[in-house]
Amino acid sequence: MIAAPLLEIAVLVLGMLILMIEAFAGKIDKRVLAFVAIIGLAIVLLGSFFVGRSPPLPHATSLWNFYTADRLAIFFKQFALVTTIFVLIMMIDYAPVLRNSFAGSTSQAGLGEFVALPLFTCAGLMYLVSAIDFVFIFVSLELVTVSFYVLISFTRRNPLTLEAGMKYLVLSALSTAFLVYGIAWIFGATGQTNLYRLTQALANPATNAGAALLGIVFVLVALGFKIAAVPFQIWVPDVYQGAPTPVTAYLSVGSKAAGFIVLIRVLQPFMNLPQTQRLIFVIALLTLIYGNLAALPQTNLKRLLAYSSIAHAGYLLIGVVCFDVRAVAFYLVAYLLMTLLSFAVLIIVAQRTGEEISDFDGLAKRSPFLAFAMLIGMVSLAGLPFTAGFLGKFYIFYAAVSQRQISLIVVGVITVGCGFYYYLKVIRAMYWPSRDASDSDAGRQSATRTEKIRVSALSGVAISALAFATIWLGVFPQPILNVLKR
Amino acid sequence: MVLFAIFCPIVAAALIMFGAPARKTALAASMLTFAAALFLFASFEYGQADFQHITSFPISPEWRLSFTTGIDGLSVVMVLLAAIVTLAAILFAGAVERYENAFYACLLFISGGAIGAFASIDLFFFYAFHELALIPTFLLIGIWGSGNRVAAAWKITIYLAIGSFILLLGLILLYQSFPLGSRSFDIRVLRTAASMGQITADAQRHVYLLLLVGFGILISLFPFHTWAPEAYAAAPAPAAMLHAGVLKKFGLYGILRLAIPMLPAGAHYWASLLVVLLLGNIIYVGLVTIAQKRLDWMLGYSSVMHMGYIFLGIASFAVLGVTGAVVLIFAHGLSIALLFGVAGELRKRTGTLAFDELGGFARVMPFAGLAFGFGVFAAVGLPGFANFAGEIMIFFGAFGDGWEMGRFHIFQIATVLALWGVVISTVYMLRAYRNTFMGTLRDQWRKLPDLRPALRVPVTLLVVALLCCGFFPQSLVRLVTPMFRSYLSTEKSNVPNMQSGTHAAVRRPHVMSVNEENAPQRRDYSIR
Repeated sequence: MIAAPLLEIAVLVLGMLILMIEAFAGKIDKRVLAFVAIIGLAIVLLGSFFVGRSPPLPHATSLWNFYTADRLAIFFKQFALVTTIFVLIMMIDYAPVLRNSFAGSTSQAGLGEFVALPLFTCAGLMYLVSAIDFVFIFVSLELVTVSFYVLISFTRRNPLTLEAGMKYLVLSALSTAFLVYGIAWIFGATGQTNLYRLTQALANPATNAGAALLGIVFVLVALGFKIAAVPFQIWVPDVYQGAPTPVTAYLSVGSKAAGFIVLIRVLQPFMNLPQTQRLIFVIALLTLIYGNLAALPQTNLKRLLAYSSIAHAGYLLIGVVCFDVRAVAFYLVAYLLMTLLSFAVLIIVAQRTGEEISDFDGLAKRSPFLAFAMLIGMVSLAGLPFTAGFLGKFYIFYAAVSQRQISLIVVGVITVGCGFYYYLKVIRAMYWPSRDASDSDAGRQSATRTEKIRVSALSGVAISALAFATIWLGVFPQPILNVLKR
Repeated sequence: MVLFAIFCPIVAAALIMFGAPARKTALAASMLTFAAALFLFASFEYGQADFQHITSFPISPEWRLSFTTGIDGLSVVMVLLAAIVTLAAILFAGAVERYENAFYACLLFISGGAIGAFASIDLFFFYAFHELALIPTFLLIGIWGSGNRVAAAWKITIYLAIGSFILLLGLILLYQSFPLGSRSFDIRVLRTAASMGQITADAQRHVYLLLLVGFGILISLFPFHTWAPEAYAAAPAPAAMLHAGVLKKFGLYGILRLAIPMLPAGAHYWASLLVVLLLGNIIYVGLVTIAQKRLDWMLGYSSVMHMGYIFLGIASFAVLGVTGAVVLIFAHGLSIALLFGVAGELRKRTGTLAFDELGGFARVMPFAGLAFGFGVFAAVGLPGFANFAGEIMIFFGAFGDGWEMGRFHIFQIATVLALWGVVISTVYMLRAYRNTFMGTLRDQWRKLPDLRPALRVPVTLLVVALLCCGFFPQSLVRLVTPMFRSYLSTEKSNVPNMQSGTHAAVRRPHVMSVNEENAPQRRDYSIR
């Protein structure tokens, strides 16, 4: 048995090691670092299956007061590790783009840091899913956010990226302020920061529930920012579009998943107060409507995926309203698979033509493999059976039906219809014959538009694995459900 | 064998995508599927209400979810229909201009999904297999469609996606309306639990309404029908054949499979609503059909209109009417496939289907005229075709077994009005025939070639199947009545003179009563 905190320590050491190699061994091929990181994370992932559980909370001492290693935490540590591995694979594909941002220096400048930073983010995410104390939540959230500041504005020659980095920095700082303020209120009202003791304190009628409620509203602002829930979603489209694509994928999967786990943990003490559920209900409704409607007119695929990430936050919030942790966790797994799949294809295609949906025109001819992988990703995001995305929606709506959340269900049905429209737009671009071959600048583009796209072996394997897992999980969900069983 | 029938088309589709010769593989797969379906049909043990040829793989014991397939009398009819129409559609497809592989793969996917849905005993896969057809339909209309293909493809896809999502909610609610101990995705378990009265009448109403709307969208029930004509007009002929002939029947199959055994109280509660809507299908859509100026649109609307009759049979909720509905499902699937197939061939030759520009084709394409004529006569319900058998059973069943609602015999009124539908459909079908095949031939069409000999095979296949079931409707009736009788007669087991034997179904079935306080009163017309 391995003690759970060793996992994070291992990841942090790995990150520092890579920074050291980057700094002192100047001559090596920097892509080797990425492979080292991937292999290291894979070993940690393997180790995470042999982690001992934490003692039950009432008897917790020292470390276990703010750090838990329950089933959910370990599962989402593995989730963070898998996400990071796939993001690193995408980063290897993305390396040529990175070079443009560091003109003048050596061809691989910056790649080392680009590979090391996700490791620190990963450690932060792993801490975050284990955190059961507000102070610890705050610290690990900052570890994640600070490394994202750097990652998002990494390709700094690109003005869009700089804008994205700036927006993320300012708004994230603001949300952090809200988080601290909220924690202060809760601490002031209850005298506790530990979530378990908070539950007891709130059950005590002498506690000022109103003040604690004000505190949780502020905390919700900060978490709403993390999970991209309306009305805290303003940053999402610009940041997603501007950030380097692997970072966007990381942001939309890792950051969001950790945010949801924290949300569930934080809400647990407050769920007895009826106001909390009502609040989440309103947020879920708004998020569903905004995310799906705003995605309809998008023409840029990265931006579309940004809005779709808001929309999926809406479905996840339905699960939170019904407080079905398993449904939320399963949806997050499905979301991981299909989102990473779409981003992995996007990175490869975007380097040839671009990120617009129209750049995918005729992809089925240029690369049937990529087109089919993207088809699976989109179909799963839209929620068709035999894909993980469908089962995710199925469990969420199952919970909603059993709790008779009529308005959420009605809105959900409409937004699922919207979802079909914008996800199928991508399929339409890939498979339908081009809209008008004799467009103005067709002459210049036709060369790149008909050229076959080659996929490197590593990303080929990664994409096939993701696509296969998407379908496999859509047919055999039981392994994941077993892991999540209480 | 059931698994073979489901996965033969799907595996063939996968093979085609990996580069197997498209047309040959598709033909071989559809023939094998047809053979499998014939085998299932022939080896079916009559007189049993239960499922046969069952195979089961557990998927999720926690949710009591397993991939279970098997067939009973109802499914075997549907599987046979799907196999016949698939074979005919593949034969009609011929050479395709671009992406031939993808075209055949899409067709086979639709077919495999439909067969899978018909043969699944598990609620989850019943739903999931049907959805398999959504993306292929989108691609078929979008890539190979004609006319206003873009709008049509979007409309059908979004419509059906929303419809099936409502259906999904209905299924979830159905699952949850059982008490915790008897929840299962297995339709057999649910049916047994339902027959013990484990769903409250209140829950039945809610579930039935959701299912009616969800399935109704898929079937093109009256206010939700607008996607159908447009999509069928734009779709390539084989896709329209499969969709109108087979896939649309999934909704009807679902109602027969789920609503009739499990939700009798819900069905009675919403019967008046359903009767009004189905009259909308028959009368309103029928009149709209008369007004059509293009052959493909007219066929699309006519397929919507005929759904009304089938609904009438289902709404009557008695053995005779429901059996008639099954016969008509089968017959309509074949006849509409024949009509769409021939119309598609015409469009290939002429490039238009506007009535103004057609005419006199019987002179240059005698075989096409003959085939279309068979289709027309089947569709209007000429005796001798299976459609007639189905319609007459539905009318008799609805007239005789319907019930009153507050001294207002809604079913008899509906039946009388629906009979006018026969007149309406005769008007538009014969007009279409006259405008297309009779009259003066335009000069530009003088050189039109007739259907090539290879196409005579599917035409013969469809016509023979129609005639067989028209002259021997018992072959279908025998399959489905034992099953319906077991659901629809649970409450009348005290009636002594239950008929057994093959002809019982055509006799008047007995009183259908519902254990509810405000159960509808039935006027008894029998001679004492």
